[in-house]
This record gives sequence, C-alpha cells and structure tokens, in this order.
Amino acid sequence: MDINHKRNVLLSVLGTMLVLAVVQLAGSHGTEYQIRILNNIAIFIVMAVSYNLINGVTGQFSLAPNAFVALGAYTSALLTLTPAEKEISFIIEPCIWPLSVITTPFLVSLLAAGVVSALLAFVMGFPVFRTRGDYLAIVTLGFGEVVRVIANNTQSITNGPLGLKGIAEHTTLWWSCGAAIVTVFLIGRMVRSSYGMAMKAIKYDEAAAEAVGINTYWHKMLAFTTSGFFQGIGGGLLAHLITTISPTLFTFFLTFNLLIIIVMGGLGSTTGAILGAILFTWGGEWLRFVDEPMNLGFVEIPGIPGMRMVIFSCILIFIMIFARHGIMGTREFNWNWLCRKLGIGGRAR
Amino acid sequence: MSVLSVEHLTMKFGGLVAVNDFHLELEKGEIVGLIGPNGAGKTTVFNMIAGYYVPTEGSIRFQGQPTQGKKANQITKAGIARTFQNIRLFSELSVIENVMIGYHCRLRSTFLGATLKLPLYRREEKMMHEGALKLLAEVGLTDVAHEMSTSLPYGKQRRLEIARALATGPQLLLLDEPAAGMNPNETQDLLQLILRLRKDYDLTVFLIEHDMKFVMEICERIKVLDYGTTIAEGTPHEIQNNPRVIEAYLGEVQCA
Repeated sequence: MDINHKRNVLLSVLGTMLVLAVVQLAGSHGTEYQIRILNNIAIFIVMAVSYNLINGVTGQFSLAPNAFVALGAYTSALLTLTPAEKEISFIIEPCIWPLSVITTPFLVSLLAAGVVSALLAFVMGFPVFRTRGDYLAIVTLGFGEVVRVIANNTQSITNGPLGLKGIAEHTTLWWSCGAAIVTVFLIGRMVRSSYGMAMKAIKYDEAAAEAVGINTYWHKMLAFTTSGFFQGIGGGLLAHLITTISPTLFTFFLTFNLLIIIVMGGLGSTTGAILGAILFTWGGEWLRFVDEPMNLGFVEIPGIPGMRMVIFSCILIFIMIFARHGIMGTREFNWNWLCRKLGIGGRAR
Repeated sequence: MSVLSVEHLTMKFGGLVAVNDFHLELEKGEIVGLIGPNGAGKTTVFNMIAGYYVPTEGSIRFQGQPTQGKKANQITKAGIARTFQNIRLFSELSVIENVMIGYHCRLRSTFLGATLKLPLYRREEKMMHEGALKLLAEVGLTDVAHEMSTSLPYGKQRRLEIARALATGPQLLLLDEPAAGMNPNETQDLLQLILRLRKDYDLTVFLIEHDMKFVMEICERIKVLDYGTTIAEGTPHEIQNNPRVIEAYLGEVQCA
C-alpha cells in the first residue's frame, strides 16, 4: 500500500530510540525539577492521548476522565502500599479486608488500575451511550463528580478526605515515558485500523455509520473502555509520582486541563494530543517567570502571583482564534510529510 | 421466494399517518421504483425497511426472515444497503476510506487483532483495500481515491455513496433519489451504472426518484405513493397513463 512503508518503520524505530536516549540523558544529567516536568509531560500524554480517543476520534464529548484517573490512582496506590503503611494511614476507620493485606509489585498495580478503570468505563458506558451530544457531556460530568464524592466518603477504602500518603515513588522517567510510548503506539494503531475508521465514521455521521453496518453502540463502548484503561494507568503513574493523593486532586479541574490539552492540540489528532500535553505542561512551568518581579531596564514590574494563568489564557484564546481546530486539526504527523518537507527520498503519491 | 416482502406497513407520527398499509414484494433481480409527490412518505418507507424507524404496524421480511426488532446496522449486515437523499459521506475520510469502511461490518478480526496487526487482520485489511479499489473502479472514481470525499463534485459523491453501500455486500440496494441534482448526461451514466451493478453483483434495487424520465427508463415496476397511501402500481407504461397518478401530480381535473 505505502511505497515508503519500510523506511517509515525504520524512522519510527529510530525516533523511539531517540526519545529513549533523551530519557536516559535527562535521567542521568537533568535536575530534579526537569525530571519532574518530563514525568508530568509523559503522564499527561498517556491521559490526553486516551482522552482524545473518545472525545476527538469518536466524537463523544465525555467529561469523565477525572473519574478514571481517580479510580486508577486509588487502585494502584492501595495495591502498592504495604499493610503496615495502610494501618498507619487509615486512622479514622481501618482499611477493609482484602485491601488491607494485599501488596503487589508496581507493574501489577498499574495493570490492575487500568483494568479496574476500564471496567468502570464499560459499566458506565451502558447508561452514558443512551444519550448524545450535550446530554452525554452532562451525564459523564455527573459520573466524574460521583466518583470523586464516593472517594471522599468511603473512609474504609480510600481513607476519605485524608487521602493516601506515603505512596512509594515508583514512577521514574522510564516508567512514565515507557507508558507514554506504549499508549501512543497502541492507540495510534487502533485509530489507524478499521476500528478507528469506524470510530471516526461515528463522529462524522452516526446515521450513515449505522447504514454501513457499524454497531455504533459497541464502537463507542470500545473507545470509552480503551480510553478508561489508559486513563487508569495514567492515574496509577500519577499517584506514584506525587506520592500523596486525595479526592481534591481529581475534581473537574483535571478534566478541564485534559480538555484544554486535546482541544489545543486538535480534537481527533493523536499528534495534537501529544503536542498539547507538552505545551501545556512545559509551557505552564516556563511561564512561571512572569509571576516574579521583572526589571525591564526602564520599568520595574512587581511580581503578580497568578499572572501566568492570565497569559496562558490569552495564548489559548489566540490559538482558538487563529487555529480554530487546534494546532494539528485532525491531521497526524507522518514521516512521508516530514520527508517531503525536508525534500529527501520518498516519491510523491 | 421474494427478496423483500412488506405487508400492511403503517407508520404514524402522533396523529399523522405518514405511511398507510403499504405492501411490497420484491423479486430477485428486479428494479422497482417508488414515486410520489413531496411528503408522500417515500423516505419513511425506506427508513422503515432499513431499520431507522420502527413501524407502527405491519411486517417486513427480508429473504424470509422478519427484520422486526433489528437495528439499522444489523439490517445492513443482513444484506440491505442504502444511500441517503441528502448525501451522507464521512467528510474527513478519504474517498477510498469511505468505501473501505463498508467492509468493516464483515470484519472477523477483533479490535485487539486489528490493533496488534495480527496476520488475520493484515489479510483482511489487504482485502478491504483491494475490494475498495475495485469498487471505485466500478463507479469510475479510481483517480480520486485519495482525495477528501467532500472535495468531490456532487455527481461523484452520489456514486461514492453507492460504492460505499456496495462494500457492505448487499443483496438489496435502497437508493434514495440517486439522480437528484444530476445533469442529463450524469443521469444517463448513473442509469448504465445501476444496470451494470445489478448484473455484476446480483442485486435487487428499490429506488426513490423524482426524475420521471430516469424512473420510467430504469424501473420494471413502479409504485406510487400519495399522502402515505399507495395509489397505483404497475409497469412504467401503466403508471404514465394512470389517471390517479396524473391527478396526484398535476391536481384534480375540474369538470366544467
């Protein structure tokens, strides 16, 4: 099909190796601050790329990623905490039985986080996909809030508002970047397969999708469940990066941030979700300098805390004005395009 | 055994009777037309056959099997494909992808197989691609296979929609105003295309059309609907001379 297929696979492998080399370099030479930002970027890539699968690719405006991230974070944290640690943490009510004695390795806890979140997504999907459009957004928003409220009130499972503390800091750059690469690879493959094509068909015209024999209900379920799986893993990584989680971490604000990322990057574009995650996380940190007092030579500006959010909002508004479909629109990065731009190899189609 | 057998089909929207006691028997290989003034209920009949509406009364049997309770996608899978009156292509997919998607409902690979590109999926993907190319050649769109579907001119979009419907592997093709907005030349091409596809793909065709010249030329039988009621049925020649049809289209003759 693609005349440049072999070259592109080679370039993809080389590209991945380059990313891994950067990870290795950053891990050994980077400051703790830089490593933290890279970790955040990688985790946001996991969450944004999977969020984009349901919102951008399938066109179902879900507002529930905070529910899956929360569930994933709690699941994996509860699984890696040792019984002794749980006994110390749960001071108001003791942890319920199976959770109080289980301890698993990090990898197992991450996978469990994914599976449990995917299960929640699957079950949630039954009522959610009876609705469409605005109603679907509101229903999912409700579910997101419900999960947070449950986390706040099930003292013996989540330790309520006190949250979980002392979670081992397992999330290294290798874990987070590895998860990001696997997520991008798998979701990218899925989107390019005929299942992804069917999901896009649902987004563009649901009635026509039915007419070509696509079971729209199950394809939405598939997108939602897959997205839930990876968001759960993102949550698990997040919990083991910041080591303390509480329900306040998983409010609508988290959903909102992810939404900004995928809209800024371009709804429906995996490349866009990656770019969005990088710009959002790194940009947010880079802009910190505007919070500090500045001396422009002729005028002294006192530091205004929160100024960076104002500037960040302005940037977002500009993006929405000048690139209404986000940075990438629905386009994806591909090697053919890059090679054409660089004017090397590759015959034009 | 007839391909499609529709009996006592009635559709009520609240107090409005959109289609009333509609009967239809389609024999294998036939091309049958459904005509009638605007708002006569033609598209409603299509929507019921294709599973978009649940009829208030009556039964639909496709190849002997009742389609009651089946969803639109299941009916497509059973072998009834349709096109839409207002073209509904997947706007941001390319022309060839629009056709490839028609094969998706017959895919045997699971989503995991497709994601991991297991051998079965690789074979199936190749089949989809080759099948789509063949269908595009059939409808004369090979040269625009990689363009965006919405960038095509109107007549080509119509033909693309037919190719997409064919990709689902139908025995019965429902065409909702296939010649709408076409010039006489394009209409003539479309006529030849439909006749050729019927022969090559063993199709039975049921179509709605306003272009009378087209309908009279292509259909072996015609049914006429007016206000949801069947007012005439027969060969093109009979229909042309039926006073009730003329009345429905031109209004009642006032006797002096």
